[in-house]
Amino acid sequence: MLLIPCPHCGERPENEFSYGGDGTVERPTDPAAVSDADWHAYVYRRANPKGPHVEYWYHQFGCRSWFKVRRDTHTHEILPLEDETS
Amino acid sequence: MSQAFRLSEGGGIDRAQLVTFTFDGRRYQGYAGDTLASALLANGVRLVGRSFKYHRPRGVVGLGSEEPNALVRVGRGGRVTPNLRATQVPIEDGLVAESQNRWPTLDWDLGAINSRFARFLPAGFYYKTFMAPAAWWMTYEKVIRRMAGLGKPPEHEDPDAYEKRHAHVDILIAGGGPAGLAAALAAARNAKETGKRILVADENPAFGGSLLNGPAMIDGRPAAAWVEETVAALQALPNVTLLTRATVFGYYDHDFLTIAEHGTFGAARQRLWKVRAKKVILATGAIERPLAFADNDRPGVMLAGAVRGYLHRYGVRCGDTMAVLTNNDAAYACAAEAKAAGMAVAAIADLRAEPGADALTLAREAGIAVLPGHAVAGVSGTKAVQGVRLRKLNAAGDGFDGPAMRIACDLVAVSGGWTPAVHLHSQAKGKLDWDEDLAAFRPGRRFGANVSAGACNGTLDLAGCLAEGAAAAGGGIDLPATGSDLSGAPHMLWRIPAGRGAKRFVDLQNDVTTSDVALAAREGYRSVEHLKRYTTLGMGTDQGKTSNHHGLALLAGATDRAIPDVGTTTFRPPYTPVTVGLFAGRDKDAFAHPVRRTALHDWHVAQGAPMTDAGLWKRPQAYPRPGESLNDAIRREVLAVRDNVGLVDVTTLGKIDIQGPDAAELLNRMYINAWKKLPVGKGRYGLMLREDGMVWDDGVTMRLAEHHFLMTTTTANAAAVLQQMEFLLQTQWPDLKVFVNSVTEHWFAAAVSGPNARQLLNKLTTDIDMSNDAFPMMAIRQGTVAGLPARVLRISFSGELSYEVNVAADDGVALWQAVLDAGEELDLTVYGTEAMGVLRIEKGHVAGPELDGRTTADDLGLGRMVNANKDCIGKRSLDRPGLNETGRLQLVGLECDDADGRIPFGARIVAEHKDGAQDQLGHVTSIAQSPVLERSIALALVRDGRNRHGEHVYAASPTADGGKGAWARVRVTGPVFFDPEGERLHG
Repeated sequence: MLLIPCPHCGERPENEFSYGGDGTVERPTDPAAVSDADWHAYVYRRANPKGPHVEYWYHQFGCRSWFKVRRDTHTHEILPLEDETS
Repeated sequence: MSQAFRLSEGGGIDRAQLVTFTFDGRRYQGYAGDTLASALLANGVRLVGRSFKYHRPRGVVGLGSEEPNALVRVGRGGRVTPNLRATQVPIEDGLVAESQNRWPTLDWDLGAINSRFARFLPAGFYYKTFMAPAAWWMTYEKVIRRMAGLGKPPEHEDPDAYEKRHAHVDILIAGGGPAGLAAALAAARNAKETGKRILVADENPAFGGSLLNGPAMIDGRPAAAWVEETVAALQALPNVTLLTRATVFGYYDHDFLTIAEHGTFGAARQRLWKVRAKKVILATGAIERPLAFADNDRPGVMLAGAVRGYLHRYGVRCGDTMAVLTNNDAAYACAAEAKAAGMAVAAIADLRAEPGADALTLAREAGIAVLPGHAVAGVSGTKAVQGVRLRKLNAAGDGFDGPAMRIACDLVAVSGGWTPAVHLHSQAKGKLDWDEDLAAFRPGRRFGANVSAGACNGTLDLAGCLAEGAAAAGGGIDLPATGSDLSGAPHMLWRIPAGRGAKRFVDLQNDVTTSDVALAAREGYRSVEHLKRYTTLGMGTDQGKTSNHHGLALLAGATDRAIPDVGTTTFRPPYTPVTVGLFAGRDKDAFAHPVRRTALHDWHVAQGAPMTDAGLWKRPQAYPRPGESLNDAIRREVLAVRDNVGLVDVTTLGKIDIQGPDAAELLNRMYINAWKKLPVGKGRYGLMLREDGMVWDDGVTMRLAEHHFLMTTTTANAAAVLQQMEFLLQTQWPDLKVFVNSVTEHWFAAAVSGPNARQLLNKLTTDIDMSNDAFPMMAIRQGTVAGLPARVLRISFSGELSYEVNVAADDGVALWQAVLDAGEELDLTVYGTEAMGVLRIEKGHVAGPELDGRTTADDLGLGRMVNANKDCIGKRSLDRPGLNETGRLQLVGLECDDADGRIPFGARIVAEHKDGAQDQLGHVTSIAQSPVLERSIALALVRDGRNRHGEHVYAASPTADGGKGAWARVRVTGPVFFDPEGERLHG
């Protein structure tokens, strides 16, 4: 069971959290101006890397924070977020 | 025969405490401190089980958790546990144990006939059988299931309680043998200043591990005394916790480990420890390997270390006369000590041409004959060993030279070397390195905050184990030691020569022989994982603790590869089997998940209302009167709302409080319709999409103040909607100034519905003007109802004039009673979820069955709600071509042609009434027996349904009526069956 670093509560066990998917996906600010292909990519396409993966977690049974974690999908190591805007 | 094989002295048992137990219905006696295995051996019981596939007679092989054969069913009634290892079951007075996999009796077993047909039960037997015509399998399966398998599951519910504990420790030490205890001592010493928390767990009833199996000296004292002193010293420390009969069975991510502890903890007999450790010291020891010779499964063929263990731990001789087969020095100590204890040792056959010098000296001094370069060529005796044939091996080790020597004996002690128990290291994702000297894998690159020490790290000598253990915990202590545990490198002959047709078992538990492995290799199973699945080698309750090694070595030989190139199967938790109850703990029955009850729950139950689940909520279905059927009650309740007035508990709808200057903007982005111009004091029906354009949730949201809204969600999606709003606010729209919070729990809500609803509420409030002009549809008013502070919403799910009264949850009972009292002279009727469902279907309101994640707003006839002048979640996806083509399933109503007919639940919509295949036009989503229309109606999703109004189609369900199937001819209509103009709710 992972230990997940909540920015508000510190390291807490995984079962207090919900997984929120790829943390690099940003909602287009003007969806009407986005091409069909780009919108399709935003809604459906996700990378499935073996290795570091920036992802969202939600501290559902805690402070309700949504935050990003960089996790190695192979080893489950939690790595430093290289760039908060990534 | 009473404990004829018990030595007159020695062993860690309490001879003052005689214990009586039964095995297969026969009474036996042992001592407190015995395991079932040691007590049976003390009583000379050799035959303890039948094997998995061939039903061969089997006896005890090992000493602890590695035992593959001696599986028993222990207990009575609900306390029965199958597949327990007799080597780990402590006996107690009245214990009832049974052997498994035999019928009718252990001694006379019909299944043993399988042995005669062994050539029809080769590796992959199951898979090959599957290739026969499928219909045959149904017949095979019943027979095979009876013949093959392990213990029977219990017939009754388990009455025992199970506990869970969480521990956060600085150091967890798995295993309390020499390495583990040395580590604990060093850790305790080094933590003196810091008070670091140390947890030591051992799977056995007592600490000491291999130190209990034979004489040794540590720190100038006999090992047993050292163990006792060390345990006492550790027990005295407040920061050290010692657990016995506690198996560290799982090593998960981020140094999270699980321990199954057996004992008595209040009412519980087992306890699950969930441990987060800063550091883990693995001191789990090594497992002795058997050797693959002819008939190596006969009762009386045992591991040499186990024979030695029974001698010293329990004072039990495993036989009268012993022959030894070994490939290393360790078994010599066993032979010498057995002889000193009064057993006869016929000979030591050593696969090595040159046994170790110390070992030979030991044998000579004990007067035991050694046969270097010899092996067991065969075993006589079926239900117990009666003798062995020893022969000299040829130079290549693949055949015999010279004649066989027949030796009478009732025990064969076997040692094939030691395999480090790397399970936890591997579970933690550590790598393994092949060690040629050990002929075994040992821990390589590790992963996680762990270190392996002692025999599990491939270090077999006592002084080395102690030093490694201490060093793993920071060192600082020195423990000089001498032991009789000789441990010369094993000379591996993975397959000892045998005559034609002789069975050499690799996996005793699953009846996998050397030929099965060879056959699998011939058939192309090169991967060790495939070998496991194909032959079942390494499966079962022992997961191949004594067999995996041989299996992969033989596979390597058969496929001309080096053993490390073959590798091992993946080690997964649990290390030893654990009961499901352990994981459930107290989280069962009422505690399996939280139950949500409205303020009126007890009242609903007191009325005798059948309760139904809505997510975690309990809701009343209807309130049948004495002698009234459920359907009659629903009909009565519906008609009361249509004709008079009804009252229903609607607390469970999700409520989200939304506050902040950007609250209206957030709603604009969440809902497909517009919110900024909604006046204070009014509400609006909103529809929410997923980002892929499908309808997700709906509900009425009210504007309480300029910057304050109250959103209602469906009961099912309350938590998910809040989560999604938090996600968007925190990650995508952090600039929006708005807070959201769930207030579902804070409110009690009751709807008063029906033509007389206003009249009823007028009796209960003085400060809210209930007139149609002052309190129009979709308005919200604050004031008092029955003297209680309340919010009153004029909304309607039933299609009737309707008010939803919200009061503080604690005021719910008072409000309800006041409404009942006031309603008495109006003949107020209380109604439940079933009537509510009928009312909403008559009105064509969508709910969960229609919002199935595949319907768009347009599919539901709500396309006009999409506001063209703003974006919202999911709106861009509405341009997808597939959502705008003809042929989509659209919401319609269905009326049954036959007034006495029934539209079947979950029916498919088809054009013709005929057998055989035909195109499906859609499906029924919700059905109701409408008291107003006096017939069966339904909502359905039908292809191009809006263009089919007036058409007749069929609703068909092949599974209705218990599989007989049912048809109904129906007319397609608009989804609103009743009062389509909505005149009643505006009245």
